[in-house]
Amino acid sequence: MAQNVLAIAEQIEGVFRKVTFEALSEGRRIADHLGCELNALVLGDNIENISKELEQFGADRIIVAENSALFEYLPDTYGNVIADVINKETPDVVIMGASTQGRDIAARLSARLNAPLAMDCVAIRFEDNDLMATRYMYGGKILADVVLSGKPQILAIRPNAMTIASAAGTGSIEKFEVNTGTPLVKFIEKHLDTGKVELTEADTVVSGGRGMGGPDFAVIEELAQVLKGAVGASRSAVDEGWRSSSDQVGQTGKVVSPNLYFACGISGAIQHLAGMSSSNVIVAINKDPEAPIFSKADYGLQGDLFEIVPLITEEIRKLKG
Amino acid sequence: MEIVVLLKQVPATESLIEIADDGVSIKSDDIKWVINPYDEFAVEEALRIKEAHEGSVSILSVGSEKTVEAIRTALAMGADKGILVNVPDGDVYDGLTTARILSAVLKETPFDMIIAGQRAVDDDNFQVGPATAEFLNIPHISMVIKQEIANGKIKCHRTVEGGTAILETPLPVLFTTQRGINEPRYASLPGIMKAKKKPIDMKTITDIGLDPATVGKPLTKIVSLKTPPERKGGIMIEGDSAQAKAVKIVKILHEEAKVL
Repeated sequence: MAQNVLAIAEQIEGVFRKVTFEALSEGRRIADHLGCELNALVLGDNIENISKELEQFGADRIIVAENSALFEYLPDTYGNVIADVINKETPDVVIMGASTQGRDIAARLSARLNAPLAMDCVAIRFEDNDLMATRYMYGGKILADVVLSGKPQILAIRPNAMTIASAAGTGSIEKFEVNTGTPLVKFIEKHLDTGKVELTEADTVVSGGRGMGGPDFAVIEELAQVLKGAVGASRSAVDEGWRSSSDQVGQTGKVVSPNLYFACGISGAIQHLAGMSSSNVIVAINKDPEAPIFSKADYGLQGDLFEIVPLITEEIRKLKG
Repeated sequence: MEIVVLLKQVPATESLIEIADDGVSIKSDDIKWVINPYDEFAVEEALRIKEAHEGSVSILSVGSEKTVEAIRTALAMGADKGILVNVPDGDVYDGLTTARILSAVLKETPFDMIIAGQRAVDDDNFQVGPATAEFLNIPHISMVIKQEIANGKIKCHRTVEGGTAILETPLPVLFTTQRGINEPRYASLPGIMKAKKKPIDMKTITDIGLDPATVGKPLTKIVSLKTPPERKGGIMIEGDSAQAKAVKIVKILHEEAKVL
């Protein structure tokens, strides 16, 4: 089998996750460097019609693994099918988004295939003939360059870190004969807040901290809403029980790198800074002029967040007309 | 119910991390070492399952001798015994190697359930739990915030983007813990006293049937560490009123920073 790169797409109920386009775009760049094909793998039920979309991001062959048992992600069914595809295609590089699903698959595959894995990569490059991945460690305090030896090299890329580029791929669709094996894990049900923007994928994140003084995050939510962004929280706000742990930004929560980050009533503890320092622009709003967050923010506003944040929301609303 | 908790000792999250002279490791002298916060949830969950279903809780770790402290802390919380695969301080393993070491021990250890943190907050690999399950050929469920055990099966609430998925699988299983699953207990003074007498089984790589030469060759190798570009404090937005400040910041974000 000739050299090739395999990108694993992720779709939820017929809609591709944004990081899928990032994985394909980065996969295309790698394939161009290697001078080989980029193939995409889509798993799910009733997904052939959406799969064609991936050719716009450089997919040459689009491998469709369609089966009712693949409607919901399960580690064993998805793991079995993806491993079968990899064994057949023998890709040099396998790339996917480091979502909860992608991380799960990447970790399990690395063991099954005895393959090197770089989790949560933010940059990929070649040095001589080595594939080098850059990834954060210590919750964002350290950047590591790792080199991967062996095949396939598995890359799970952090959402919002790679740029999406359109590229024309051949886009031929191929059906893969699915054998899910005998799965042990069974899907029961799920509860999704579909209106909610995922923190790690959001272009804008508005976070509240101890300065919120309680569980009422209405001013934060309104600002996030007008920017179509996500709401985050500092560890103290989560520890107080004001927000759910899935909203936590920081070393023991999620690491985010949005285009715009608002830190409201967050003092800027080292473990929070670790989780948001790679944001493009940071705005901090805090009552305390000495708050450490001001030494990391591009723009600081000293004052009462409950007064300032709604005014900012109003100004943005005017701007957006 | 025989439960094994996979535990890693890591620098406390409030630690300042500095790169050592070799450029591929960190300065470890001034660091306070603690149980990985996600593994603390795993210990707590194991203890609660033991309290509800009887059985025992073992703590399994790979690390240098100083890891004994972290294992002792877990024993003081209430775990029954520890196993440490003792490796030289300074040895660096990728997630796959660690999973291979852990699974070599687990193949010789009876268990119904393995619990691990969803990731260690030093390497941030998210790899060891699922990879260990794969080596043992058992199912895994990651990022669990709630579990219920009945009739030889476990139902887990797993956090996913934007919500929760509920999955079920027969035992044995490996699951990984996410923040929100519980509030870990503190070790009590009697607990600390009792922990001193609890057994910790020390093993070497050779003891568990692996070849130190192979183990020492990670497939994913760190070639350099650097600190991310330091963010400098920027501009304080001044103004006579909150209104004036709000108008100014929105104008700057729109016209200069071009992020609106």
